[in-house]
Amino acid sequence: MELRVRALESILSEKGYFEPAALDAIVQAYETKIGPHNGARVVAKAWSDPAFKQALLDDASKAVGTLGHVSRVGDHLVAVENTPNRHNMVVCTLCSCYPWEMLGLPPVWYKAAPYRSRAVKDPRGVLADFGVSLPTQTEIRVWDSTAETRFLVLPMRPAGTEGWSEEQLAELVTRDSMIGTGFPKTPGAPS
Amino acid sequence: MNGVHDMGGMDGFGKVEPEPNEPMFHQEWESRVLAMVRAMGAAGAFNIDASRFYRESLPPHVYLSSSYYKKWLLGLEDLLLARGYVAPEDVAAGHAVAPAKSLKHGKFSVADVERVMVRGKFGRTAPAAAKFKPGERVRAKNIHPATHTRLPRYVRGHVGVVERDHGCHVFPDTAANDAGEHPQWLYTVVFDGRELWGPDTDPTIKVSIDAFEPYLEPA
Repeated sequence: MELRVRALESILSEKGYFEPAALDAIVQAYETKIGPHNGARVVAKAWSDPAFKQALLDDASKAVGTLGHVSRVGDHLVAVENTPNRHNMVVCTLCSCYPWEMLGLPPVWYKAAPYRSRAVKDPRGVLADFGVSLPTQTEIRVWDSTAETRFLVLPMRPAGTEGWSEEQLAELVTRDSMIGTGFPKTPGAPS
Repeated sequence: MNGVHDMGGMDGFGKVEPEPNEPMFHQEWESRVLAMVRAMGAAGAFNIDASRFYRESLPPHVYLSSSYYKKWLLGLEDLLLARGYVAPEDVAAGHAVAPAKSLKHGKFSVADVERVMVRGKFGRTAPAAAKFKPGERVRAKNIHPATHTRLPRYVRGHVGVVERDHGCHVFPDTAANDAGEHPQWLYTVVFDGRELWGPDTDPTIKVSIDAFEPYLEPA
């Protein structure tokens, strides 16, 4: 594979389609600028600031755009809120659509057949693969990302975090809790 | 197209296996493939819909047995050959032999990198009023386009409820074939799990897709 990729890169750069240094810069940007830390800051802010939370649920692209310290986000971001009665979970059955700016590049399991095939038919079974179980009466809402809209799950704020700063709260927000295949960390639990 | 990429509801793929502390790339070449796809797309060789269509068009056994970035590489090679950005003699030589084809947005340079790190804009001015409103019942049409579509098979023929209206967006079904953007209204449509998977399904399950207006009819 490596030789085949190198050959293609040679062909394309010899034809003058891109500067090889521009590829290095793209890779570096993915490695350093994007990642779940961006989503975690947004979630922590929503847990701390009711007006921001409402703005996020109304128009997530616009709300996130007001936060200077989070990487620039594109259009069509939608935040969906978990409540005691409803749990949200995001999938892309057709390919691998995922909110890159908020969560970074998707993990292999998100892009692989087991998750893509089962999430829409047996979400409780998929959650069990992650060691997650929900009360039997909780509604499970699966969002299949079939267009250019991108979904970010706003998990429930863990109990026992009253008075915590946004920075402290952000430490509890896991990537999977923003996909809907996990929960935030529990305060004080061994990590 | 009714390809193996349209996986919603298929059985037999086994358990989901999360990898603890997963690295961003498992091998260095994966990062080069990602960067080449992003660069060639931004330079105007293809749009996101065409790149998806070429990955979906890989032979089913290849699609199912290839890693994610291998699919990206194979789809990229096929697309660049089909559109004349690469010639068969280039591939045979492993170097550029044939003349280059000009790119719509010119050579991709370091200065363009910041631009590709923000998602493109897919919203467009509405050419007509929306046919459906939140709260209305709609049926996903029983259609089977042979080319690219974003209407998954598992909802076709089933009735759901319009929940959100996202405005007008580029229509992937035409954009993928270089046949124009033809903006269409886009809606989140919610289906009850029992409507999709039968009466024995867990009644707490609801599944939504984002559906372009031509995928829907009143129900």
